[in-house]
Amino acid sequence: MAEPRTSFEIGGMGHSVKRKEDPRFIRGQGKFIDDIVRPGMVFMDIVRSPYAHAKIKSINSEKALALPGVAAVITGETLKEYNLHMMPTLMSDTQMVLPLEKVCYQSQEVAAVVATDRYSAADGVELVEVEYEPLPVVTDPFKATAKDAPIIRDDKEGQDSNHIFHWESGDKKGTAQAFKDADVTLKQDIYLPRIHVASIETCGCVSEFDSVTGQLTVWMTTQAPHAIRTVLALVAGHVGLQEDKIRVISPDIGGGFGGKVPVYPGYVIAIAASVVTGLPIKWIEDRRENLQADSFARDYHMTCEIAADKDGTMKALRIKTLADHGYADAACNPSKWPAGLFSICTGSYDFKNAFTEVDGVYTNKPPGGIAYRCSFRVTEAVHAIERMVDMLADDLDMDPAELRLKNFIPSNAFPYKSPMGWEYDSGNYEGALKLAMKNIGYEALLKEQKEKRDRGELMGIGISSFTEVVGAGNSKDFDILGIKMFDSSEIRIHPTGKVTARFGTKSQGQGHETTYAQIIAEELGIPVSDISVEEGDTDTAPYGLGTYASRSTPVAGAAGAMACRKIRDKAKKIAAHLLEVSEDDLEWEPGKFSVKGIPKKASTIQDVAFAAYTNHPQGMEAGLEAVSYYDPPNMTFPFGSYICVVDIDSGTGEVKIRRFMAVDDCGNIINPMIVEGQIHGGLTMGIAPALLEEISYDEEGNMTGGSFMEYLVPTAVETPHWETDKTCTPSPHHPLGAKGVGESATVGAPPAVANAVVDALSHLGVKHLDIPITPEKVWRAIHKRDAT
Amino acid sequence: MATQSITVNINGEAKSAEVEDRLLLVHFIRDNHGLTGTHIGCDTTHCGACTVLLDGTAVKSCTVFAVQANGREVTTIEGMEGEALHPLQEGFMEEHGLQCGFCTPGMIMSSKHLLDKNPNPTEEEIRWGISGNLCRCTGYLNIVKAVQYASNKLQETPTE
Repeated sequence: MAEPRTSFEIGGMGHSVKRKEDPRFIRGQGKFIDDIVRPGMVFMDIVRSPYAHAKIKSINSEKALALPGVAAVITGETLKEYNLHMMPTLMSDTQMVLPLEKVCYQSQEVAAVVATDRYSAADGVELVEVEYEPLPVVTDPFKATAKDAPIIRDDKEGQDSNHIFHWESGDKKGTAQAFKDADVTLKQDIYLPRIHVASIETCGCVSEFDSVTGQLTVWMTTQAPHAIRTVLALVAGHVGLQEDKIRVISPDIGGGFGGKVPVYPGYVIAIAASVVTGLPIKWIEDRRENLQADSFARDYHMTCEIAADKDGTMKALRIKTLADHGYADAACNPSKWPAGLFSICTGSYDFKNAFTEVDGVYTNKPPGGIAYRCSFRVTEAVHAIERMVDMLADDLDMDPAELRLKNFIPSNAFPYKSPMGWEYDSGNYEGALKLAMKNIGYEALLKEQKEKRDRGELMGIGISSFTEVVGAGNSKDFDILGIKMFDSSEIRIHPTGKVTARFGTKSQGQGHETTYAQIIAEELGIPVSDISVEEGDTDTAPYGLGTYASRSTPVAGAAGAMACRKIRDKAKKIAAHLLEVSEDDLEWEPGKFSVKGIPKKASTIQDVAFAAYTNHPQGMEAGLEAVSYYDPPNMTFPFGSYICVVDIDSGTGEVKIRRFMAVDDCGNIINPMIVEGQIHGGLTMGIAPALLEEISYDEEGNMTGGSFMEYLVPTAVETPHWETDKTCTPSPHHPLGAKGVGESATVGAPPAVANAVVDALSHLGVKHLDIPITPEKVWRAIHKRDAT
Repeated sequence: MATQSITVNINGEAKSAEVEDRLLLVHFIRDNHGLTGTHIGCDTTHCGACTVLLDGTAVKSCTVFAVQANGREVTTIEGMEGEALHPLQEGFMEEHGLQCGFCTPGMIMSSKHLLDKNPNPTEEEIRWGISGNLCRCTGYLNIVKAVQYASNKLQETPTE
């Protein structure tokens, strides 16, 4: 992008403006969910199942109710009276809020205790007596598809297997033919394990119901407050909750990453309990509940095949996936996309043929299938293609960089139609990879590796050249529960030229208060310091679908720009009136209109704002404000190339990331400081699943990874000193040329790490390792010992 | 449940209450006294969001009983700003060392403990110094820079 168009004082696009939200956070004055206190508020805690699949024979609340301070025990029977014991998921499946007959995963909600304080509620949980009769458990999705597997969803009419959906994309026949015709074909099973976003703030809510006015107010850790309000109105309309009387407020959010999109049973129980008891109720998960019962990400068993000619020309890609959704399909994908945007799996390469199919199955594990800081299964797709490209390079004895450069979609081929039907908006893949290679000194690293290998030392270099698809999305293809995935902005210029701007999204740390203010500053020339940005309150903000899938800048940011342009159109009429010239005689530079050829004869945007309320032209409506609901014409396709260098201790199997060079291209940048920060964070959430994080289950459905003791979130010590750089290929269809950046690095980093480790071990015959690549896995690979 | 009467000096003010023996210090700080800058991110001493200084030493207040702080001094994030922002607070803002802001108070308190002991730490020492505090947003590099910013500023300015 060229130099900023605005001064630093105005702070439009391209300026590293310090964040407007920071003054409260560095003083401990953020307002997070557990900081909300209401008069007379009581606390809720949840009884959870120790079994992964069991009949509930009885629930006895007597002892709990006898405890001083305990006000109520809520069970499935309580909720059934209001028909609230079941709820819909976003994927048109159903899910228990509280069970009537059986539990289907470990840590499932069984009952809830309401008490005067946190400690009494927890004591009450201990005293609720539940008698279970264990049922056969299935945690392996392959076994779940066997004929004799226990049927988990026997509550659903006609559900006679554990199969949920079949979905496919691409040309099956053409791809099969291309595989037949190719010189080289390779096949590899790749598993991306269950992981958890583990935002440092867990989930929770405060629910308050006024029985006289019928007003329900819910403060809630949600990334999508408006959609939540509509869902509440739809599922609880029959008990008298109506949408105009429901106010959802998403306060400061301590990290979301997709984990705060779903509606969890805890929220619904707390809301129902507040309506039933008339008391304001607070429910806050502890960390173990968060890891054990909230929605997971990934759990994709992929069988990947690639076909190529001997010279390295890639011909076809085929991926068959078994997706483990747990007890319910509670994924948060757009409605028409049960496997998310997995069909981006041809990545940055010019394949002529490709085909993919995904089957979803139920198992006795927590429900879900959310993103983990990625746009609907894009990470799974990128991992598959980037591993397969490296396997092909190894097979052909080609340098993996050379193979990529040979097969990239050329930069003059955009807009590019992929064999899966995507229209990539813009790209320069070769530019990003070459810059990463130059920055890290690729040739020198290859030389160093050879010398080290000769000395018996293990060093690896891994590349990942990813392409994302983000910014959902155009209303033709994308909706959630039928609600189109537009987003919105409402901008009001006050008489003194100050601005209140509200958006349909909700920041969870991305810095929207700053970034959106900069978009307005860019478009109207009003200083960032004069602009207040608000989100997250359904009573005040315009309707929007929320923040996830890197959609805030691509969709709501675009809405902000469009609203500003409407304001500018009106402002021009007012300026013409003030300057007593025709509109055609005016020219705009950020912050003022001046008469062509007479730059001194000008009206600032502040003059215009004052006049809009004090001296507007006769016949024109007063005021200076606009609303935009933006329906993007296409998705945006951010991309980048990452190079990771690892050193491996052959004695312990420990992998150390020595260097990591990330070159990102997210189109035009609004705040370079924030963008770089997003990339640092994303990279860290990329190396996390690559090396450390996994949630697994034994055959009885007992979980490993249910606390921070075993679920290893990277600390500052495991995290390398990130090196970043950028190229800039604007999106041709976004009003600001921006693409979105929050998830690029999470998506792109894991295969760079995996490729580096496999590269370090390739001379020992290692072809592939599933993530997380733990020291044990590496040690076994080096010493040729299998896990048994 | 047995109770005790305790007085804890929080940020220079004596705070007294009759508390249950089992009350955690973090709840005493947050719920009894409304100082909500100290956060809870786990309850097993792993995440460090609840870090405060107890007699000048960083502790995770989710695993300290309030009664253990009886007669002692606690400093929370709310006690960091004097007439001006503490250089650590300034550093976090200048170097973009925070995103969602949830881990930030604990991160600042751990960094304070580190700089009190070691005014001029290396990058490696900073990384180990904050290794008991998890951050999911920033990728740590800008937190390291924020601590370096504060270290430099504190060494330039004579101590009060």
